[in-house]
Amino acid sequence: MNKSQFRSPLYPYLLLLPQLSIVVIFFYWPAAEAIRSSFYLEDPFGFSSTFVGFDNFEDMVSRSDYVASARFTIIFSVLVTFFSLAAALLLAVTADRVIKGASTYKTLLMWVYAIAPPVAGLIGIMLFDNLVGPIAEFFRSFGWDFKLGVNRFDTAFAMITVSIWKQIPVNFIFFLSGLQGIPKSVQEAAAIDCASSTRRFWTITFPLLAPTGFFLLIINITYSLFDTFGVIDVVLKGEPGNNPVTLVYKVFLDGFRGGDLGGSSAQSVILMVLVLILTVFQFRLIERRVHYN
Amino acid sequence: MSIRNYIVGAMATAMSVTTALPALAQTEITWWHAMGGQLGETVNEIAEKFNASQSDYKITPVFKGTYEETMTAGIAAFRGGEQPNVIQVFDAGAATLIGAKGAVIPAQTLMKDNGVPFDINDYISGVRYFYADTDGTMIGMPFNSSTPIMYYNEDALKKAGVTPPKTWEEFQSVTAPKLKAAGYVPLSQSHLPWIFTENFYSRHNLEFATMDNGYESGTPVMLLNQDPIKGHFAAVKEWLDNDLFAWYGTGWTDNQKPFNEGQVAMWLGSSGSFGGVKSAAKFPFNATYLPYWESLTKDPTQTFIGGAALFAMAGHSEDENKAVAEFFRFLTSPEVQYFWHKETGYVPITTAAYDLAKKDGYYKETPQAEVGIKQLSLPGGDWTKGYRLGFYVQIRDVMNREYGKIFAGEKTVDEAFETIEIESNKLLERFARSMGN
Repeated sequence: MNKSQFRSPLYPYLLLLPQLSIVVIFFYWPAAEAIRSSFYLEDPFGFSSTFVGFDNFEDMVSRSDYVASARFTIIFSVLVTFFSLAAALLLAVTADRVIKGASTYKTLLMWVYAIAPPVAGLIGIMLFDNLVGPIAEFFRSFGWDFKLGVNRFDTAFAMITVSIWKQIPVNFIFFLSGLQGIPKSVQEAAAIDCASSTRRFWTITFPLLAPTGFFLLIINITYSLFDTFGVIDVVLKGEPGNNPVTLVYKVFLDGFRGGDLGGSSAQSVILMVLVLILTVFQFRLIERRVHYN
Repeated sequence: MSIRNYIVGAMATAMSVTTALPALAQTEITWWHAMGGQLGETVNEIAEKFNASQSDYKITPVFKGTYEETMTAGIAAFRGGEQPNVIQVFDAGAATLIGAKGAVIPAQTLMKDNGVPFDINDYISGVRYFYADTDGTMIGMPFNSSTPIMYYNEDALKKAGVTPPKTWEEFQSVTAPKLKAAGYVPLSQSHLPWIFTENFYSRHNLEFATMDNGYESGTPVMLLNQDPIKGHFAAVKEWLDNDLFAWYGTGWTDNQKPFNEGQVAMWLGSSGSFGGVKSAAKFPFNATYLPYWESLTKDPTQTFIGGAALFAMAGHSEDENKAVAEFFRFLTSPEVQYFWHKETGYVPITTAAYDLAKKDGYYKETPQAEVGIKQLSLPGGDWTKGYRLGFYVQIRDVMNREYGKIFAGEKTVDEAFETIEIESNKLLERFARSMGN
């Protein structure tokens, strides 16, 4: 057997260097910098920098608004993840069943994905606007005095709905391709054995979709935690007031708007730990249980 | 927004390269600002006028987004050694910039060192010491200065048979109920921390924070959990519940729009909003002073300025600093100040410019435009020159949050102000520590 090998042992590293330097410069270096500055109290200009140990972390957890935004982030992520997955799955299963004009439906549903996220967010928020939003008007006709930016619940409702709405097309595409990957023979055999389509879905289709679903679960949790920043920013118009914010948005508020580098670094370290836990959870616990073949 | 700026910036640079070639000695300076839209165009016009007025210096204005974004960009640029010569920083960010020793060159020092005459008494009294240090040295050059005033819809007041209220007592017993009966929302306002808190303190000459409202170095304590302001917010909440006052959220325009559209009869906004109201309102409107509580004072005092100042950033060559000094000389000239005042509604910062506007008969045609400057020129008191508080953006966020809770009925006035007191003092302490005090 021919064994192909690099002539110099350093050669492979040289080939990896561009990729590695990108990772180091754009990921590890900022992360290390964030961890370092989370232990310091620093003025924004960097003239004075004092080591304060865990003071930033203590200060953070003792603040009522941090605890409140942590609590909101959990509720927000659970709702956004669940509903964007559930709605996309429902749409994908329905679109998969259509026989006539199937490709037209699929194209139309996928089309939404082509809208740039900020535009989608802006359109979504316009629908909820107090003065011109048709959805806000619709709610008012039911006696729900919808007030975006004034009422905490109403603001949260708009943030969550728009975040879900924006994520559905992505999930839809993945679910649909997952569904089309299920062998026809398995589906036909199931159709002979069982008359109830609901039962067929839960016992055959759903487990076979699990790898896709699991992948999407992780993607959606990350989305709801980090990528919803734009939606939240558009809703709040730069003034948080008495409205709920997620942890990522709070990092921005304290660090960028407020110039509290130590405090916002401490918050971002907490988020890093959260992502780490999520990753460990992904590979250790769930991935083992998901049926791939 | 930003792409356009890059293009404009790139074009400006390209043009400056071609035009700078013949005049070899021309010194170029940059000016980062937060004035978008119409205001930004006026800023560009001022820069063009300065460039056309002489051939030694050339200033390039660059729009950097909101006040917060501009300041963040300036700080990041400073840390990277790429700071602009002039940066516009807003009232709430002044403490961060002035507190960081060595980030800026005081405007007064810069001008004097470069042979530009400077006398602080040329500036109108409400503007004079807001961006100064404890010794009264002017650090930031007041640029767009405004103050909260009360705009009112003349048709609405006529219909209700009332005159604009001088005091809050008059507002709640006479003006507001009659306006409500005439089918209007009597009042809205656009900035609770600025109008109903900071300027509540200056209008009634109340101490806002210890250590001379924060001007002395050290760790000041905010005097917010106090009866006068709590009484005001208790009244406002009552007005809100009785439809004598409406609150449309924390955003500025959300509260201004209903006034522009004629639903709200009186609106508390910035004297700098004059141009915007004028172009949007389809009814005759006028403006007057911010009301006060007669139960608190018989002699209401002047208000604080809001808006922003121009700061000369440190770390540039002497030539460039000289150019900035010359630009400040140009900017503070009566003609430029009057132009800026007329175009935008921001107040002229010098007495000479104010006199020029009067002489020109500007206030005869538009008396509304004079209200802000007149209010800033009212008698002052011990606590009316301004305040200097760190992490003030977050402190305002805390106020906005807690006021929102009062209005939503989630907290009582007492509970909310207790939280504001605790959290704002914690922030001030943190700020003092971060500045190495």
